[in-house]
Amino acid sequence: MEKWQGWRKIRYESELDPAFASEIASIPGGDKLFNCIQCGTCSGMCPLSPYMDYTPRQIIAMIRAGFKGEVLSSYTTWLCASCYSCTVECPKDIKLTDIMYAAKRLAIREKVYPKRFPIPVLASEFFQSVEGAGRSSEGRLLIRLYLKTNPLNMFRQAMLGLKLLLRGRFSLKKEQVERRDELHRILKSLEKERMVKSKDDLAGVKEAAR
Amino acid sequence: MSYIYYPGCSLKGTGRAYEESLLAVFKALEIHVEELNDWNCCGATSYMSVSELKAFALCARNFALAERQAHETGMTDLVVPCAACYLGLNKALRYLDEYPDIRRKIDEALATADLAYTNHIRIRHPLDVLVNDFDRDRIISRVKRSLAGLKVACYYGCQIVRPYADFDDQENPSSMNTLVRALGAETVDWPLKTRCCGGSLTGTVQDVGQRLSFILLREAIGRGADVIVTACPLCQFNLECYQNEMSRRFDAPVHIPVLYFTQLMGIALGVSDRQLALQRLFVPFKAGSKLQQTAGGQHVGS
Repeated sequence: MEKWQGWRKIRYESELDPAFASEIASIPGGDKLFNCIQCGTCSGMCPLSPYMDYTPRQIIAMIRAGFKGEVLSSYTTWLCASCYSCTVECPKDIKLTDIMYAAKRLAIREKVYPKRFPIPVLASEFFQSVEGAGRSSEGRLLIRLYLKTNPLNMFRQAMLGLKLLLRGRFSLKKEQVERRDELHRILKSLEKERMVKSKDDLAGVKEAAR
Repeated sequence: MSYIYYPGCSLKGTGRAYEESLLAVFKALEIHVEELNDWNCCGATSYMSVSELKAFALCARNFALAERQAHETGMTDLVVPCAACYLGLNKALRYLDEYPDIRRKIDEALATADLAYTNHIRIRHPLDVLVNDFDRDRIISRVKRSLAGLKVACYYGCQIVRPYADFDDQENPSSMNTLVRALGAETVDWPLKTRCCGGSLTGTVQDVGQRLSFILLREAIGRGADVIVTACPLCQFNLECYQNEMSRRFDAPVHIPVLYFTQLMGIALGVSDRQLALQRLFVPFKAGSKLQQTAGGQHVGS
């Protein structure tokens, strides 16, 4: 039997996904992605790049090269706090924050985000509560987040919760809009629409163009 | 002057003090606001991470409702105090304008609920309203308790100036500094005023998120600030509520009051502590400090 060599670090070209870049580039203004000159301004501006597994500059290069699995399961896109520092400083006008959002949406759709990592869980829980009620109920959202990721954390944060409660800043009341049916009709009509096109959607577009 | 007011979810929860103080200050300055009827969430950053089109649709419903209300009252401007809502709505407005494909889908979706949006809405931040619609001299003339001697660090955060800087300079915004100086206070030179506070990472990935807030606090204290003022409910929460935890985690004490800019304005304009919701703050004003002498602040943290 062959000796265990550790996780393989290299990727062969045949394993890359050449359609990945066009999937990401299908968002509004997304094709600017191909203008990247790899200057690294984005990584330099990003307050979170020291904590990321790949810097924003690397993510752009990896998207273009087709490292789909690595990008979608990375922590980088989820650590992006949407501060838009990269977007405003990019000399080639690449909307990096929007690209991070596109990668997050693909990761959620294909269920490849890092497991038990609280940020995608927060995003999904927030999405569900707003989709139903039209408003976010902060207290309920936090409790659901803790239950689904790390229930112990709830006890660690109990003191903070109590202080908020005493100051009238924490409540379990469910916030919602009155005309929820109106909202549900709007959202339901967009159920099948996708802003980030997947490979199959894009193939369909090309067929139609021919 | 009258505006439609969009509070957003945070201003009804952890950021209640922002809503209460904003409305109290607007009342003192005779700026009329009327809450948007049956408003819904702007989508924030989380919604955008799951479905962008639905996030735009959420915003578009607010626009349609605002237009309807505007039609009845003659107002066109939507005042949005929360920085995340301000950007979320502003971004949707621009994308609906720039990308006909998105516009068509959103229009169709709105039509299923008999709603329509016809481009007659402007998104305004209260800082924009106070500095550009209201006269600075009129604010000075209404100051009842001067804040002379108080050193203030003005924190703008990310989303008021990035990616769109509609009413202020992107790199070095000054609207909040102008207001604070009009109250008689001094503003400290603080180059981190638009650096990220960590957003929701302070709660989800705490050692990373809280470090970002910690860096801001250390620098503000190091530059001699007595108080930090912000214009965003999440920034205020991060900078204020985690101070004890950050001091322990990074082994260096950070204790400084963090107020909404509207609370500081209210103090100078002579509005009562209760109306400004000072009792909802965590960090007590230091005894004998300028802030404590002016505001009293006996309600803080009570």
